[in-house]
Amino acid sequence: MTSLPGSTLLAMLQGHGPQAPAAAEHAGAQEGFDLGGMVMHHLVDAHELELPWGTVHLPTGWYVNLGPLGTVDLAPTKHVVLMVIAAALCLLLFLPLAAAARGREEGKAPGGLAGAMEAMVLYFRDEVVRRNIGHGADRYAPYILTLFFFILFMNLLGLVPWGGSATGNISVTAALAILSFILIEVSGMMELGVKGYLGTIFYAPPGMPPVGRAIMLVILTPVEFLGKLTKPFALAIRLFANMTAGHTLILSLGGLIFVFMNVAVVMGGVAIASTLMATAVMILEVFVAFLQAYIFAMLTSVFVGLIRHAH
Amino acid sequence: MLHSLFTMVQEAAGAMDPATAKNNLSLLGAGIGIGLTIIGAGIGIGRIGGAAAEGIARQPEAAATIQTASVIFAALIEGAALFALVIALLYKLLA
Repeated sequence: MTSLPGSTLLAMLQGHGPQAPAAAEHAGAQEGFDLGGMVMHHLVDAHELELPWGTVHLPTGWYVNLGPLGTVDLAPTKHVVLMVIAAALCLLLFLPLAAAARGREEGKAPGGLAGAMEAMVLYFRDEVVRRNIGHGADRYAPYILTLFFFILFMNLLGLVPWGGSATGNISVTAALAILSFILIEVSGMMELGVKGYLGTIFYAPPGMPPVGRAIMLVILTPVEFLGKLTKPFALAIRLFANMTAGHTLILSLGGLIFVFMNVAVVMGGVAIASTLMATAVMILEVFVAFLQAYIFAMLTSVFVGLIRHAH
Repeated sequence: MLHSLFTMVQEAAGAMDPATAKNNLSLLGAGIGIGLTIIGAGIGIGRIGGAAAEGIARQPEAAATIQTASVIFAALIEGAALFALVIALLYKLLA
């Protein structure tokens, strides 16, 4: 019995690299399925939207000259469109709820969807924002809540048919992490004053002799500096990697069916098993979407709290 | 044993042309890295699971708190494991 699926799988896993001679013979003999190409096509950003009724080509080349920073192409791509849809969903969900909350009489409990959303918002404000940031926490609650629901909707849009998750793009998560970084550092500066803020970087314990202080400053300053930079970096990579890994797994399980497309019987069995596994992984992915959005918002508020209380 | 494994890999790499060797060796490196990473993540999350089960057994009233905390810690450890996966992905994409 020849190992046709095996060598085809091997040829595909080698992707676009040079083919070993044995695999090249088989690849010449039958059509292979490009699993790597299919997965990459669904994960990366594109200049066209694939919808049920056809492909929509998005505009390109809206160049903006930023002077010394070069030229930037601000044309909408697939992930930008998905971000706009997620933002629109957030507004659609919360503007009516806010209006209803404003119009409702004092002391009366909300019902239905308004009640559920209010429970989530209050949970965030009390358990996440107020607990971690301490005094003056209510000023940060809008940003943290926006962060949570925006990331949540972006993650969930990746799980619907013909959708994709914009948070699977490192640029999107990096932008969110940079915004959180600016929030953390500026709130630290506002709370501690410039001198106190610099004290968080150039730190030496108070009771040390001058030589000891100098040595501690030299050693600790790069460490503190790097610490400030690694926190948003970790936020960005955590969110990006979780979303990308989950979608890669689902797409690979689905694509595995087509890898066996030349061997019909095996393909039938693989199709059943693969569909069941992919469904289970998608259920897990819904949970991961909620969890990662919560972790991003919670860690941002934890870092804000840490720098405001850094004495 | 490890020494002879490395020698074997190097000889095999020497027998191929440089481009194939680079591609194959980087895949091997990525594979080993991913395996070790998942071992680390598995051990870490397993320990959290054990500690959580023990905590809930000692104090069933605290079950909800322990559950929430353990899910958060597991997600943070998984984040660290996924750093390594991202870099392994870079190995494959940058040939």
